[in-house]
Amino acid sequence: MTRLLTIAAALLVATALIAAQSSPKRYGIGTPATPDQIAALDIDVRPDGMGLPPGSGSAREGAPIYAQKCAPCHGANGEGGAGDALVGAAPRDGAPFGPEYERWRNGRPDVPFTIGNYWPYATTIFDYVRRAMPASAPGTLTADETYALTAWLLAKNEIISESEAMNAETLPRVRMPARARFVPDNRKGGSEVR
Amino acid sequence: MRKTPGLTRRDVLTTTLGAAAFTLATRSAAAQETPLADTTKKWGRLPNALGARSPVETPKRTLNLPTSSRTPLQDLHGTITPADLHYERHHSGLAVVDPRTYRLLLHGMVDRPLTFTLDDIKRFPATTRVCFLECAGNFFGTREETTPQDVCGLTSQTEWTGVMLSTIFNEAGAQPRATWFLAEGQDAAVMTRSVPIKEVLRDAMLVYAQNGEALRPEQGYPVRLLLPGIEGNASVKWLRRLELSDQPFMTREETSKYTDPLADGTARQFSLVMDARSIITSPAYPQTIEKGFVEIRGIAWSGRGLIRRVDVSTDGGKTWKTAALQQPVLPKAHTRFRYAWQWDGRPAEIVSRAVDETGYGQPDMTALRQARGRRTRYHLNPVTGWTIAGDGRVRFGVERVRV
Repeated sequence: MTRLLTIAAALLVATALIAAQSSPKRYGIGTPATPDQIAALDIDVRPDGMGLPPGSGSAREGAPIYAQKCAPCHGANGEGGAGDALVGAAPRDGAPFGPEYERWRNGRPDVPFTIGNYWPYATTIFDYVRRAMPASAPGTLTADETYALTAWLLAKNEIISESEAMNAETLPRVRMPARARFVPDNRKGGSEVR
Repeated sequence: MRKTPGLTRRDVLTTTLGAAAFTLATRSAAAQETPLADTTKKWGRLPNALGARSPVETPKRTLNLPTSSRTPLQDLHGTITPADLHYERHHSGLAVVDPRTYRLLLHGMVDRPLTFTLDDIKRFPATTRVCFLECAGNFFGTREETTPQDVCGLTSQTEWTGVMLSTIFNEAGAQPRATWFLAEGQDAAVMTRSVPIKEVLRDAMLVYAQNGEALRPEQGYPVRLLLPGIEGNASVKWLRRLELSDQPFMTREETSKYTDPLADGTARQFSLVMDARSIITSPAYPQTIEKGFVEIRGIAWSGRGLIRRVDVSTDGGKTWKTAALQQPVLPKAHTRFRYAWQWDGRPAEIVSRAVDETGYGQPDMTALRQARGRRTRYHLNPVTGWTIAGDGRVRFGVERVRV
């Protein structure tokens, strides 16, 4: 009896496996999305520049926009407040963690994590500012304003010059200081603490 | 007391039945559910349309930070978190979405870009799964006067129902070259995360139900992504768009946030899985215990699968005993553990330590800091304990997690 049950169970498992492996079927549910529908929502920007819209802006153009729309939360110079600290180039050739940092810090107070010392991709600034900022009116900035604010933040962090315009061509080429520090997750379970 | 038309009609109906007791009894919860000294001498309220907790039971989420609320772990039994006590972490507040106009867009590296209504999503073959959801930043503990809720209340467990993400991907014809997808919410953050497809597809779901009912608004009503075992922020709520890609999008939440700066100067990115941990939820601060029998109770969980074992110590980690695990133990799920203890009235420290099916043992804070350094903020899952003074007062074991 037990043996029969075992065989039956094995058959069931085998059938389930075959079902799972066979080409999954379609249900005919959903409506084809039109290019317009996609374009209306597809606001993301990738590090390779995919998704960046036409438009342009420099730090000089960004300064008055920053002062009006961003400074109330992030401070006049991006030093932070109710919102995150955004500006802080130090440590110039490092990041605010790790052995080099501890030597550089030499017991002084910690510096905050900022765009200049931690963000690995410049395109992330454009993507995030356009989708979620300013907190008082998210998603209201034009492409030019967003480029100008991105440029202001990059210039304040001493990554580009005051006059350099950011646009779909230039922004993906900006190399962020902390970029090389980012590594994939190496935790795998098991006995080692990582 | 405000009477609804329905109530009035009922009252009339019951009166016509001629039962005096019926006319005295009402369906109103508020008037009738205060505890009575003798409940046997008066009819209670009649069945009503919507239940409520005993007014004596008042579990609450705590609001330690403006952007999150925490589950009262010490008030819960078993493993399921009532929907209204599920922790919250919103990135730009809660989105109130109209289910009638809700659409999910699936596009990018697919053969057939599609939009789905809520009804569409519910038509697909459904599946139900119990699992935990935990915030990556789920550890606090700098004061003795800290409850389990404040130590790690950014974890909750739910029976979720929805459709497998693989079913939806197949419907649109996901291309083999697609290795990542972007999940985007329709809150004011238009919250986005890139998710590696291979790592999650076996488990990933689009869910529309929580403990048998529609999702609560704070859990992403009408539809959220659910990635069992993975840090909560990636289970994007109020889901409006999925875009398949051959590379990650490097959004803010996977670059400047939710990354782990390490001791060696590198920063770990896409550290998605929640490692195993446990916490004793009773006895805990602010309880006072009495000499004699004490059942030590808690929960343990691992984003990598099953909890294999929970060790409990009553002497501050000098010796360990194995706790009983409530069956069934489910993968990537809060698992209830219990340990029968006789407290002799002397000062003690009770500690728990989880081991998962990969052999991973919940580390001490010192081991975590040695491996990761000072400035890492996420994925802290240290062994925690509670000190018990001679007078029975229980306090959080601060020394154990101090670096």
